[in-house]
Amino acid sequence: MSASDLLVAQGITKRFGGVQALSGVDFSIRQREIYGLIGPNGAGKTSLFNVLTGIYEADGGQFTFEDKPLTGLKPHEVAARGIARTFQNIRLFANLSALENVMIGRHVRTHATVFGAVFRNAATRAEEKAIEKRGYALLEYVGVERRANDLARHLAYGDQRKLEIARALATDPRLLALDEPAAGMNATETAALRSLLENIRRDGTTILLIEHDMKLVMSICDRVLVLDYGKKIAEGVAAAVQKDPKVIAAYLGGDVELDVARA
Amino acid sequence: MHALIETRHPAMAKIGVVLIAVVLAVLPFALAGIGTAWVRITNLAILYILLSLGLNIVVGFAGLLDLGYIAFYAVGAYVYALLASPHFDLHLPFFVILPIGALVACMFGVLLGTPTLKLRGDYLAIVTLGFGEIIRIFLNNLSQPINITNGPQGITLIDPFRFGTFSFAKSETVAGLTFSGPIKYYYLLVIVVLVVIVINLRLQNSRIGRAWEAIREDEIAARSMGINTRNMKLLAFAMGASFGGVAGGMFSAIQGFISPESFVLVESVNILAMVVLGGMGNIWGVILGALLLSFVPEVLRYTVGPAQQAIFGRTLIDPEVIRMLLFGITLVAMMLFRPAGILPSALRKRELETARPA
Repeated sequence: MSASDLLVAQGITKRFGGVQALSGVDFSIRQREIYGLIGPNGAGKTSLFNVLTGIYEADGGQFTFEDKPLTGLKPHEVAARGIARTFQNIRLFANLSALENVMIGRHVRTHATVFGAVFRNAATRAEEKAIEKRGYALLEYVGVERRANDLARHLAYGDQRKLEIARALATDPRLLALDEPAAGMNATETAALRSLLENIRRDGTTILLIEHDMKLVMSICDRVLVLDYGKKIAEGVAAAVQKDPKVIAAYLGGDVELDVARA
Repeated sequence: MHALIETRHPAMAKIGVVLIAVVLAVLPFALAGIGTAWVRITNLAILYILLSLGLNIVVGFAGLLDLGYIAFYAVGAYVYALLASPHFDLHLPFFVILPIGALVACMFGVLLGTPTLKLRGDYLAIVTLGFGEIIRIFLNNLSQPINITNGPQGITLIDPFRFGTFSFAKSETVAGLTFSGPIKYYYLLVIVVLVVIVINLRLQNSRIGRAWEAIREDEIAARSMGINTRNMKLLAFAMGASFGGVAGGMFSAIQGFISPESFVLVESVNILAMVVLGGMGNIWGVILGALLLSFVPEVLRYTVGPAQQAIFGRTLIDPEVIRMLLFGITLVAMMLFRPAGILPSALRKRELETARPA
């Protein structure tokens, strides 16, 4: 563990009945890095996310975030510590406006109580204004400000993905964990996503990225971790990992080579 | 009052507020002209509005299906009855008891909320239904070995609201206008309901209200966004229960008599129907639902019987049966044509000063 490590995973293990979803996964993510997490379907990528964000409890091992363990924390406590995530199957607050979705992301960084809400004292009014302003700024940041007052479920698919990122950013994360943000996007949308991710990194947020779009992963990630059947089979800079015979075998010698050839 | 109405025409809003105020002020005298019974019916309808608004916090905002809500009404009613009746020979003033009733109901809300935190949908509905029944059965049987609730006989001679010598039960004539007991209660109820509406509107449009809506929409996403779902759900149960407790205390005083029979499951279902019919999560919709389901049956009671007498010379169908028939048809039609309620929860648009069309 070095001083520049933001997140360190040691021996993360998770079982579901007889299925070993994760077995002893170790890795570390450095500050301001874009860290890729890849592997075939069912490799344990999303399980790793769920353990990291406190939705599942690990059966073994621990995460250390900013030198403090995350063990036993509930999802909302993990968010308060500075880890925000998006979901593989988009989980927006569908019947609320895009702006309100982002405003809810500010919950963890704001303080108004029932008392404040009912009496609308000066502090609450100021906070509410700041929440709204920040919400709108984040919508602009990801590029969906024109849909601010539309219901989240009425947004185009690509915009929903961007909105989910804006909502996660609203929690002021130090680490942003994205679960397949490019899934279902066309080439233009993916290119826009790529520059968004680069902006996020430039502005100081570290990114953990699960992605199947190899072209995107190989071009944007500083380092990549490859999981297969819940085990780490490779880790390192993208160029080295994609030549690793174990990785090629895991993808049945197919997808990776093909995608990289096209890239 | 401005918090009540959001519109782009402030002048229109002002006129609207004045009109509503005039109607609310004159209404009881107009109703008393038809018959004092109608003032009582209106008071009961306002109590149902209070209950529906309380339940709306739990069901409409936080999305937690509660089929035992009447239990909190019962708790509030019994707290008032026990502390202001000859039963224990306690006669505390109402402004002391109502907060106690709200607090006790709030505690029962947390008591119900804690074990049900991990339940959702139908499972939660079943547990809350059981909770409502448990409270009622307790009230029915807590007459032995120590007589606390007086069992099924209920509690009688409950004190009306009193301020010194000013009693809400007595009729008074001021400047030629007769203020009967029910009319006095009417004004008090209107004030309480206005306060509760403002509280609800402000809660909904706040950090707390948004957190509830987030839980309703997607609990896992809400937790991942840093919302302490346990505390927020308990808060919803507690707030909803407190409103129920206040309504219960007022019910107790207005009726002067309560028994466990007033707090049966059908009442919980009735209040839930008001919330669903009007439009879950929309405060105005919920109020409309409560008014419709309180007044329409009463109107039917007074019209269906006489109408049949006039046409057929005798009552062919019992008004009560027609009421349930219409109620059933309405709910089925609702689910088919307007599943989100008469006034569905609308999208809240926000005009930000810095917002500009891109």
